[in-house]
Amino acid sequence: MDPGRLTQAGACEWHIEPTGKMNVPAVLYADEELIRGMDDKVFEQASNVAMLPGIVRASYAMPDAHWGYGFPIGGVAAFDAAAGGVVSGGGVGFDISCGVRSMLTNIDADRIRAHQRELADALFEKVPAGVGSTSAIHLTDEGLDEMLAGGAEWAVRSGWGEMRDLDRIEERGRMRGGNPGYISPRAHKRQRHEMGTLGSGNHYLEVQQVTEIHDAEAARGFGLSPEHIVVTIHCGSRGLGHQIGTEFLAEMAAEAPKQGIDLPERELACARLDSDLGKRYLGAMWAGINCALANREIIGHFAREVFAQVFPDAELDLLYDVSHNTCKIEWHAVDGVEKDLFIHRKGATRAFGPGHDDLPAALKPFGQPVLIGGSMGTGSHILAGTATSEAKAFSSACHGAGRRMSRHQALKNWKGRQVVDDLAERGIIVRSHTSRGIAEEAPGAYKDVDAVVDAAEKAGLARKVARLVPLICIKG
Amino acid sequence: MAKTSLAEACWEHFPHGADIGVRGHGATMAEAFEAAALAATAVLTPPEGVRAERSVAIDVTGADPELLLVNFLNAIVYEMAAERMIFARFHVRIDGLRLTGEARGETIDRMRHEPAVEIKGATLTMAKVAEERPGEWIAQCVVDV
Repeated sequence: MDPGRLTQAGACEWHIEPTGKMNVPAVLYADEELIRGMDDKVFEQASNVAMLPGIVRASYAMPDAHWGYGFPIGGVAAFDAAAGGVVSGGGVGFDISCGVRSMLTNIDADRIRAHQRELADALFEKVPAGVGSTSAIHLTDEGLDEMLAGGAEWAVRSGWGEMRDLDRIEERGRMRGGNPGYISPRAHKRQRHEMGTLGSGNHYLEVQQVTEIHDAEAARGFGLSPEHIVVTIHCGSRGLGHQIGTEFLAEMAAEAPKQGIDLPERELACARLDSDLGKRYLGAMWAGINCALANREIIGHFAREVFAQVFPDAELDLLYDVSHNTCKIEWHAVDGVEKDLFIHRKGATRAFGPGHDDLPAALKPFGQPVLIGGSMGTGSHILAGTATSEAKAFSSACHGAGRRMSRHQALKNWKGRQVVDDLAERGIIVRSHTSRGIAEEAPGAYKDVDAVVDAAEKAGLARKVARLVPLICIKG
Repeated sequence: MAKTSLAEACWEHFPHGADIGVRGHGATMAEAFEAAALAATAVLTPPEGVRAERSVAIDVTGADPELLLVNFLNAIVYEMAAERMIFARFHVRIDGLRLTGEARGETIDRMRHEPAVEIKGATLTMAKVAEERPGEWIAQCVVDV
C-alpha cells in the first residue's frame, strides 16, 4: 500500500478520511514499512467496513492486517444496536473464536532439552492434529448442546481441565448467550468427533522458551522469567465454527438487501443486530465461541497429561486464553458516554488495559495478556494491554505475524523435509502428519512478527512483555 | 498457476494471501464446476491418488451462479469434513440455479493421501462464473484454509 494514500497521524497511525459512503474514518496502526508491505485490499476493505450502518468511531486495522473476507484480517469495528448497527459474519470469520492459550510450566529448559524428542513424540501421539484427525471424545447431540452452552466450564466439569483455569480464560471460560438451538444439524455433525483436535493450516501446539523479557514487572506478574518454558496452543472452533460461518454468511448475503443494507462487497454480508437473523447468528456464534474455549481447554488437559507422563513433578498453570475471531458485547466509552457496543475482532486480540473489571485480580495491575503467534521458526510474543488501547481501538491489538507469501509460492520455495531438518539444526523439533503442510507453513512464508509487535507497542495498542522461541512444534 | 489436466477436466490454483484460489475450466458451466471441485480436492491431496470407491449425492441451489458455485463447494467441504471423504471425480448437472449430481471418492487415508490442509469454507472472494469465450467457461473462488 502506498502511504501517500493515507494521512499520517503518528509514527504508527494512519487515517483514511471518510469519503463517499464511509460513515467514519478508517485508522491503520502500523509503521511505514508495514504499510508499504500491506495489500491494497486492506485499504479497500477497511474503507468498506467504515460504510456499514451503525459503525462507531472508526474502522480499525491492526499492524498485521491483510486481505480478508469482507473485513480485513486484523480488522476491528464496533457497532451500536441503537444506531441500526450490524453483526457481520465476515467480521468474525470462518474459524469462530480461533485463539491462543499459553500455559506456564515448572520444568526448566535443560530438562526439556534432555527429554525433547520423547516429549515431542508423546505430544504428537496424544494431541490429534491435521486433516481427518479425530479424538477419543465422541459427543451425542445432548453432549454437544451441553458443550455449546458451557464452553471451557463444561470441559472442566467433564474432567478435561482444572477449575482454576476458568479465571484465566476470556469470559471466565463460558460465553453467555450462546444458543445451541440456532446451530444446524450439519454443524453438529461436523463437530461430533472433533473435540480436542488441533485442526490444520497455521494451528499448532508449541513448547516454547522465554528468550527475552521486555517488561520485568509485567513478566513477574504473568509468572514469566528468562528461560521459562511455556506451552502454547493455537486453534479454534473446528468444523462446527466453519459450518456456522458458512451457513450464516450465505444467509446474510441473501438477506442484507432486504434489510436495507447496501453492501460494498458481498463478502461483507451482515445483518441488523435487532433482526431475527442477527440474533440467530449471535446466538450460534457465541455457542461457537464456547466450542473453541472447550476445545482449547481439552487440548490443554492433554498437554498436562503428557507432561505428567514425561515429568512426574510437572505442573502447568494457565497464563491466559484469548480469542482473536469474535464479536462480543462490551462496555466502552464513546464521546464521554458509556454504552454496550458489539465489538468485532477479526484476526485481532482483545487487549484490556490495567485495572479492567474483566481481568482476574492477579492480572489486573498489569493488563490483559495478549498472546501473539509467530511462525514455527521465528518466535512468539506475549504482550499486555495498555491504558491507551481503549482509546486507540476499543482495547484491541494484533494477533500474529500474517503471511507474506501465498501457500502456492511457499510450496515452490521449500520442501517439508528440508524445513524440518533446518529447524532441527536450530534445536526446534517439528512433528506433523504432512510434509506439504510444513512447506506451506515454512517460517519464511510469514512476515516478521517482531516488526508487528514493535508497531503495536509504538501505536499504544499493547506493550511488549516477553519473546519466546519454540523448542517443539506440533503442527496441525 | 499451471493448469492440470485430469481426463477432460482442467483446473488450477491461484494465490490469495493466506488462502488458496480454486479455478475450473470447461466447455459448459457444469464442467467448469466439476473442475473447480477437483481444484478444491487438490488443496488437500492430488486427486490422481484418490480412488472413486463410493459416491455421495449433491443437491444445492444458489441465488446466482457465484453463490451456486460457493454452495456446491461448501457441500463438498461438508462431506469431506463430516464423512471424512476425499474425492476423485464429480458429475453434476445444472438446471437454472440448481445443481444436482454426485461426488465419487473414498474415506481419507492419512498415510496414503497425506492431506496437507483442510478447507474451512468456500468464499465469495474472487468468485466468478462466466463463459469467457463461446464454449469456454470458468468457475472460481477463494477457499479459506
